[in-house]
Amino acid sequence: MNYNWNWHIFFEPNPTGAGTYLDMLVSGLLLTIKTALLAWVIALIFGTIIGILRSLPSKTASWIGFAYVEFFRNMPLLVQLFLWFFVLPELLPRAAGLWMKQLPNAPFWTAAIGVGLFMSARVAVQLAAGIASLPRGQKQAATALGLTTGQGYRYVLLPIAFRIILPPLTSEFLNTIKNTSVAITIGLIELTGQARAMQEFSFQVFEAFTAATVMYLAINIVVVTGMRFLERSLAIPGYIAGK
Amino acid sequence: MIEISHVNKWYGPTFQVLKDCTTSVAKGEVVVVCGPSGSGKSTLIKCVNALEPFQEGQIILDGIKVNDPKTDLPKLRARVGMVFQHFELFPHLRIIENLCLAQEKVLGRSHDEAVAKGNKLLERVGLTVHANKYPAELSGGQQQRVAIARALAMDPIAMLFDEPTSALDPEMISEVLDVMVDLAHEGMTMMVVTHEMGFASKVAHRVIFMDKGEIVEDALKTDFFGSPRSERAQKFLSKILSH
Repeated sequence: MNYNWNWHIFFEPNPTGAGTYLDMLVSGLLLTIKTALLAWVIALIFGTIIGILRSLPSKTASWIGFAYVEFFRNMPLLVQLFLWFFVLPELLPRAAGLWMKQLPNAPFWTAAIGVGLFMSARVAVQLAAGIASLPRGQKQAATALGLTTGQGYRYVLLPIAFRIILPPLTSEFLNTIKNTSVAITIGLIELTGQARAMQEFSFQVFEAFTAATVMYLAINIVVVTGMRFLERSLAIPGYIAGK
Repeated sequence: MIEISHVNKWYGPTFQVLKDCTTSVAKGEVVVVCGPSGSGKSTLIKCVNALEPFQEGQIILDGIKVNDPKTDLPKLRARVGMVFQHFELFPHLRIIENLCLAQEKVLGRSHDEAVAKGNKLLERVGLTVHANKYPAELSGGQQQRVAIARALAMDPIAMLFDEPTSALDPEMISEVLDVMVDLAHEGMTMMVVTHEMGFASKVAHRVIFMDKGEIVEDALKTDFFGSPRSERAQKFLSKILSH
């Protein structure tokens, strides 16, 4: 292979004139983190609401939950981002569509919300499974004590269900981070986008993507470690994951 | 105190679990409900605090109609203690927190007040030293005593027991029954689903025998054990008393 390795490329000035190639990648990394965090918050909030709906005895509630989950999990993420970014503004009334298109940082908001909603369907399914795995008597005991349905969820069912699903939730958090790279297609210059830009300007494709890989790995290690600590601090003595 | 009249309940369109059940429990009375498994005794007791809905008939609890859509069920349930077969302590809460949750969230007691009450009841069931443990760190008998204390913390006007000892090892049964006997002697109104005929003959005023969803026999304790009228009750008694 006739390839000219150059690991010093990271310290050479980038063509935008603002800093080095490394600075470029770091700014992409920060944008990836920002997008992923917002997406994860959205995924948790909507996933929790829909997960609860799916676990309620009401037929209407579980139908809404079912429709939501199937809508968001059965379409490729890429298609969903295109829908939100290119199609939605055209479907809205002219003024609203124009406002959306002219929104500053539109790719960022679209990516965070789009990835967030896509992931929320997965969080919802896991939470519903977590709640379903609890003995039926737990809900009955909460009800028999006079707690309302809302209080039963808030103080009894959700605290246990979330502990049970923490390990798969860690995977979903990691998926959220990695899925933000799809946003490159709607013009969000996050970590993958910056690596590609670096490759185009410098022709050092291997160095650029090696650095991006290491950075993705680094964030994910932080997340995995953080979630481990969370799992440990929430462990219940004698119960799941507790010793 | 508890008036059950002509209650019919179906699971699905055809399977009838309760057939025209009528009985009552007076203030301070201890009524034992027994019968073979699948006879509907647990279902009946869960209808009393509306954990299970029923289609026909009515249940009146301390003057309030349970199956009236206008009844504030959480408020009504808070006034009736219930103890379950599998204890159903909340695994993520310490023992004292299990006793305080509903006192604070349902009755609106202050935290200090709830803790004081909780500690008093723990002392009564002999578990003061375990106040800061989690449920999974206690034996089954201890957990069930905590569950009784948790129900008593709400100052109930009546207590419902749904097979409180059938998930326990023989040597733990007596520690739970002792607490229940004390309660009965203090004049607590109790409806107890159990196979513990020793308990029944010691403290019950009346015994109800159910089979296939029907109340087959509803008699004073002495009559029931002395000369059960129905053949089914005779058979049942001879089976469970033969060992």
